[in-house]
Amino acid sequence: MNAFYTKWMGGKKGAIELAVLAVFIFVVMPLWLDIFRLNLVGKYLTYAFAAVGLVMVWGYGGILSLGQGVFFGIGGYCMAMFLKLEASDPVSTAHQTTPGIPDFMDWNQITHLPLFWEPFHSLIFSLAAVILVPVALAYVISTAMFKRRVGGVYFSIITQAIAAILTILVVGQQGLTGGINGITDLKTIHGWNINTDSAKYILYFLNGVLLLAVIMLCRFLLSSKFGRLLLAMRDKEDRVRFSGYDVANFKIFTFSVGAAISAIGGAMFTLQVGFMSPSLIGIVPSIEMVIFAAIGGRISLVGAVYGTLLVNYGKSAFSESFPSLWLLLMGALFIGVVMLFPNGLAGLYDVYFKKWVEQLAIRLKKVFPLEKLKPVKAEINHEQ
Amino acid sequence: MGGYSISDLWSILVMQGFSGLSLFSVLLLMALGLAIIFGQMGVINMAHGEFMTIGAYTIYMFSKVTEQYFPSLMPYYFVVAIFAAFGFAFAAGYLVEYLLIRHLYKRPLDTLLATWGLSLIMQQIFRTVFGAREVSATLPDWLMGSWKPTPDIDIPLNGLFVMAISIVVTAAVVLFLYRSSWGLKVRATTQNRVMAGSVGINTRKVDRVTFAVGCGIAGIAGATFTTIASTGPTSGSLYIVDTFLVVVFGGAGSVIGTVSSAFSIAQAQSILTFFLTNAMGKVVTLLTIIIILMMRPEGLFTSKVRK
Repeated sequence: MNAFYTKWMGGKKGAIELAVLAVFIFVVMPLWLDIFRLNLVGKYLTYAFAAVGLVMVWGYGGILSLGQGVFFGIGGYCMAMFLKLEASDPVSTAHQTTPGIPDFMDWNQITHLPLFWEPFHSLIFSLAAVILVPVALAYVISTAMFKRRVGGVYFSIITQAIAAILTILVVGQQGLTGGINGITDLKTIHGWNINTDSAKYILYFLNGVLLLAVIMLCRFLLSSKFGRLLLAMRDKEDRVRFSGYDVANFKIFTFSVGAAISAIGGAMFTLQVGFMSPSLIGIVPSIEMVIFAAIGGRISLVGAVYGTLLVNYGKSAFSESFPSLWLLLMGALFIGVVMLFPNGLAGLYDVYFKKWVEQLAIRLKKVFPLEKLKPVKAEINHEQ
Repeated sequence: MGGYSISDLWSILVMQGFSGLSLFSVLLLMALGLAIIFGQMGVINMAHGEFMTIGAYTIYMFSKVTEQYFPSLMPYYFVVAIFAAFGFAFAAGYLVEYLLIRHLYKRPLDTLLATWGLSLIMQQIFRTVFGAREVSATLPDWLMGSWKPTPDIDIPLNGLFVMAISIVVTAAVVLFLYRSSWGLKVRATTQNRVMAGSVGINTRKVDRVTFAVGCGIAGIAGATFTTIASTGPTSGSLYIVDTFLVVVFGGAGSVIGTVSSAFSIAQAQSILTFFLTNAMGKVVTLLTIIIILMMRPEGLFTSKVRK
């Protein structure tokens, strides 16, 4: 239990951070917002998966991936394919030329289900694919690059090109992927309707639990020897290499973990929002995910979640009333965060607010001396 | 490919090849500027496309003003406007280097984020000033029409003009880098910044001019772009990924590499587009580049520099 506390939760500081985040997600948000707004927050929290993945890959690994949306998108598409197949059973698609295939295939004169869609009839396969397909892709990309010691800027540009390719491919192959509209009209998982309010609540909470679990997993990874090596590699790669470690393998592992985390977010996006489209894969969403992580603080797992929520809140608040202002603000955010506070919200907290919070904690302790309460608790336990 | 006779195929090849040359010219001009900025300075300028858009809008403004007030000068305005396009983009680049880039030389990945932000801001400014709709400049008459060497082959004049400009600019860049005292300073600063500083080169000034020249060339790219397509606020950003791939594929810091990679990428894309769909042509081209880059990470031509 003690190891769990220090390694998975990150000690006292980490446990408090997690508890605050958990209260925020599970108590404050559901009590404050109606289901429509809560669903929106749930959507933003799925982006937070990608941002958390980027904290691992970029903040700790030093690898700036501009293709995080690719993995988010593939995860989402794998989930969406299963849901779409369930939604297009022969009965409800009886009016189509070929019943039993998704509607967009029918519109594109495709008469039988393409082979790679077949396995997505199975939920278990689909859930496995959500994780495994992006990880396999990430593994191939990163192995090819890192084994040849391609890194830094080159890697970023190539991941960006991959995001561009995948978008063009998905948009271009309309009959196979649903094209620019994506996969829409998703209804049920094994008969469970995902569009009802109760389902939306359940999915929101599931999403929150998964997000916290992912953050704890990352904490665990970072507190291990692997985490130390990752930091060492980011700061002095050659020195780690000369110490006898295979730097490439660690980078490949990190990149694949980041991909898997994003993919979970993508799958949750599909479930909560009810569609998946290429607009979430491409260059722009991928780089927006980087700004989520950067605003939150690129080395703060919890900060990334707040960063994501803040940027997306700003985006929806501004783009409803002043769409033109939003792009300017977004641009200014990019420049400001890089020039003025490279450690994001977490950095701002450390510099300006940490002292106040600590002083507040000391004063609170004087007012409510917790130490005196503890023995009482122990006695109660003893009696039981 | 069934259904085409040999002579048809030949005509298709020549015409697609030629339309590839127009794409090649724009890509080359974009990539030359970027190769200077990225190859020589290590700065990733994601706003490079927006400097190109500055050039394109300059031509648009010149064409409107000339049409309105000096209609008799219509045949000549374009030449002046190209210099103006260079000038405006140069000035913008100079300013951006001073305000933004010079603070980030030690953090290349951060220049990427900051310049991406800059590109968003510039796009929004274009949208506010010129509107979201695409505009096109009124071209002088001598750029219209086409040249027909044989009845089947039809080569547009604007394409020829664009190509001529890109050849002139490439030559100018080579002369600037390898035959001028400024070029010498630029190369010295790239190879060893500290040493260059100690022999009396003002490396900060060199950086600023290098960045501004790179942006200015993007401005010329924008000027030529207006002769083959219309300009919108996001026109430049459509080319940025391709341009980066051209630079990386050619080998950063090598002019010959940039030229040959721009040529092969543009030709491959243009010819594949005819036989496959537009999207698939692009996908196949980009994938091929990435696979080649995985086998040859330094790009086609690398300058042998000890790192």
